[in-house]
Amino acid sequence: MVQTEAYVMLSAVLFVLGTMGVLLRRNAILVFMSVELMLNAANLALVAFARQWNQVQGHVFVFFVMTVAAAEVAVGLALIVAIFRTKQSINIDELHQMEG
Amino acid sequence: MENYPQLVTLVVLIPLIGMTINLFWGWRFGEKVSGIIGTTAALLAFVVALLLWSYLSNSGYPSVVVNPPILDGWIRIGSANVEIPWQMRVDTLSVTMMLVVTGVGSLIHIYSIGYMHGDPLFSRFFTYLNLFLVFMLILVTGNNFLMMFVGWEGVGLCSFLLIGFWFDRPNGVGWKNSLAARKAMIVNRIGDFGLLMAIFLMFWTFGTLDYYRPGEITNVELAEHSETVTANEGEHAATESVAAPTETKSEGAATEDTTAALPVYTNNDHIETAQLGVFGQAERMIAEHHEVDFGPFKLPIETVLVLITLFMLLGAAGKSAQIPLFVWLPDAMAGPTPVSALIHAATMVTAGVYMMVRSNVFYHNAEFTSFVVAMIGATTAIVAGYIAIGQWDIKRVLAYSTISQLGFMVAAVGVGAYGAAMFHLVTHAFFKALLFLGSGSVIHGMEHGHHLAHERAGHGHGRDEHHDAHGHDEHDEHHDEHEFDPQDMRNMGGLSRRMPLTYITYLIGTLALAGIWPFAGFWSKDEILANSWLDGLVNNHFWGYIVLGLLIVAAAFTAFYMWRQIEMVFFGQPRTEAADHAPESSAVMVVPLLILGVLSIFGGMLNVPANAGVFTIFGLFENIFGAEKLTLWLEPSVANAHAVEFQPLIAIGALLLALAAIFLARSIYGAGKAVTQDNRDPLAVRRDTAPIWNFANARMYWDETYYRLFENPFNVLSRFLANTLDQDFWHDYVHNTVIWKGFDAIGQILARGVDLGIIDGIVNGIGTLVRWLSGRWRRLQTGYVRTYAVTFLLGVVLVIVILLLPALTNAGK
Repeated sequence: MVQTEAYVMLSAVLFVLGTMGVLLRRNAILVFMSVELMLNAANLALVAFARQWNQVQGHVFVFFVMTVAAAEVAVGLALIVAIFRTKQSINIDELHQMEG
Repeated sequence: MENYPQLVTLVVLIPLIGMTINLFWGWRFGEKVSGIIGTTAALLAFVVALLLWSYLSNSGYPSVVVNPPILDGWIRIGSANVEIPWQMRVDTLSVTMMLVVTGVGSLIHIYSIGYMHGDPLFSRFFTYLNLFLVFMLILVTGNNFLMMFVGWEGVGLCSFLLIGFWFDRPNGVGWKNSLAARKAMIVNRIGDFGLLMAIFLMFWTFGTLDYYRPGEITNVELAEHSETVTANEGEHAATESVAAPTETKSEGAATEDTTAALPVYTNNDHIETAQLGVFGQAERMIAEHHEVDFGPFKLPIETVLVLITLFMLLGAAGKSAQIPLFVWLPDAMAGPTPVSALIHAATMVTAGVYMMVRSNVFYHNAEFTSFVVAMIGATTAIVAGYIAIGQWDIKRVLAYSTISQLGFMVAAVGVGAYGAAMFHLVTHAFFKALLFLGSGSVIHGMEHGHHLAHERAGHGHGRDEHHDAHGHDEHDEHHDEHEFDPQDMRNMGGLSRRMPLTYITYLIGTLALAGIWPFAGFWSKDEILANSWLDGLVNNHFWGYIVLGLLIVAAAFTAFYMWRQIEMVFFGQPRTEAADHAPESSAVMVVPLLILGVLSIFGGMLNVPANAGVFTIFGLFENIFGAEKLTLWLEPSVANAHAVEFQPLIAIGALLLALAAIFLARSIYGAGKAVTQDNRDPLAVRRDTAPIWNFANARMYWDETYYRLFENPFNVLSRFLANTLDQDFWHDYVHNTVIWKGFDAIGQILARGVDLGIIDGIVNGIGTLVRWLSGRWRRLQTGYVRTYAVTFLLGVVLVIVILLLPALTNAGK
């Protein structure tokens, strides 16, 4: 059986990759995908710990996260489509009308 | 019968009801109803007064104190020990006044229906008349000095309202009327100050203002005397006890059972001093040589009584028009003539005399005041009598005559003749009311004659128009008619043929006033003269002789000016068209004249002296009412009223002097010489008499002297205060310079320094600071999602580090 540490390590790597994607990417779709990656990294950690402690809560929580992520995708993609329609671009660096 | 005194409430209440009805609804009634309501109220009050009179006569003249149902316990301050009840007094003195006020008042009400006919304020006139009756009756029925004061001020108010009744006359006449009303008000306020001071002093000294408390015997001497005379029969014992149950009845059921067992007292020795009225206390304090504590000093009771009576005299001088406060009464003739008759001749002006007679115990025990009172009365009598000689206005002559006769009454009080003062008060009410109403009739006739004459001459206006709008005017108001004055005796003459009934009654009034036997004035005037003579002779009061001398001369003046008036008004040839056409007045005006004429003839029978020999036609007059009836009647309530012996020499002397004065007047003014060709008085034409007459005509410059002494300095002072002190100094300097400029300077400092500098600085500084900070902080909001994400990440890292910090440090240990 694979060690829990391994799962957690993988999870951490995925999370950092997602974070880097969010921070460094300019394409909104890619940023969005990186966010999903971070969520799934967290899911992996939750499942790993749930399996280690032989508890079901972690699993249940993961389902919740996936559900919310699905809803988030729906809203997020719609927003991106709307942004593209107005800006003809999905480069997030061009979206800074909210600066103070 | 015992309940009769309770009726006294009605005496006040009935005119009050009449007044109220006319006040609220009179304007829509029309003349007839208004007049009837007012007159009925007066007549009913007279009937009640008659009932009270019959009660007193049938019960041996008791003095009864009545607590009216509503106003019981009028003023009560427990902590200060002040208790002034609203109690009414039914005794012979108050009933005498009630009879005079309501009796003469009723006749004048009737007369007013005719006299005020056509006046647009007809119902208001009757409202005022009834209100006057209310206050006058409160004045005479009250059992304490505060109630008297209420009435006193009330009649003063009515006097003011009625003098200025025609305040809206055009051509400045209304203004003059208002000034006269104001003068009366102000002069009376000076007198009222005196009365108030007297009341305060009395309250300080005695702790009460009641004349006599219920159950107290007013005239101890009389009670003891009658007790010894009729002890065996016990008649008077029953008489005395009549008062006791009636008086205690209203005090509650608790005492009622014991009244039957009450012992019959003939003096007040069983009552504690504090439980007595002011007069009882005063007598006891004198007997005990009491000293009144005024805080820093003490005064013997006699001195306090002198002070009280002198202050009271000031009040009486104001109300009863005595020197030095008489100047308002001649001007008060600006009011309608019935008012002059009722208020300024018969009733209100006698209130001062009534007050002094009511306070006879004080005056009897204050010798110095008696001297002052006697001198003021006698001086007023002679001064006013002299001034009356030089007057042209028919009412002004009567006004000065009234002052003169009031002087007689006041002088009578001064010589201790309280009964004689009341006697003269009553007879004077008859014949002076008669004379005033007669003069009103003459004025009325002159006005109508004036209009009739103009109509015939062909340049008058319509008869009816004149009648309705101006027929009742006393003051002429037509510019186009050469300022015709219907009151000026120079415009009259020969009216005896035109107005026979007015003439006859006026003649009766004149003879009564002049003191001609056997008219009313003879008896009352003679009694005052006899009393002053005896005061000097028996009581060693030197002023008695002075008073006698002054009064005899004043009586001669009286006969002279009255006959001058008769000659000018009624005899000779008419001097104007108006006098030639003057018609006799209507019945409603003449009937009261006739009644008063009868009273002026027979009024003297009320108090004819005993043993006057030929004067009473050897006792014939005595048989009508009995000798000294009024004095005997008054004695139970006026402790110091005594009948005196008839003085035939004085009576004959005064009568001869009066007749001589009449003949002198007849020789000067008679036979068509009443007024010279150039409208002057025959006396003013002769070189030797001209200064005397002119001085009288100028009214001895009393008004001018008062103007120089008081009015003008007051005006100068007022002008100084108003113009210099208030306007120039206070407004111009203090307000404009000190206050305004100072305010401006402080305002500048506050506006520029504090407001602009500090407050605005703080507010603007905050604004600047916020703008500066926000200018820097807004840089944080880049709008780039990545920046926010990094911030978020750093935040999360920070939170995690903080959470893990304890674990890390523990691990390091």
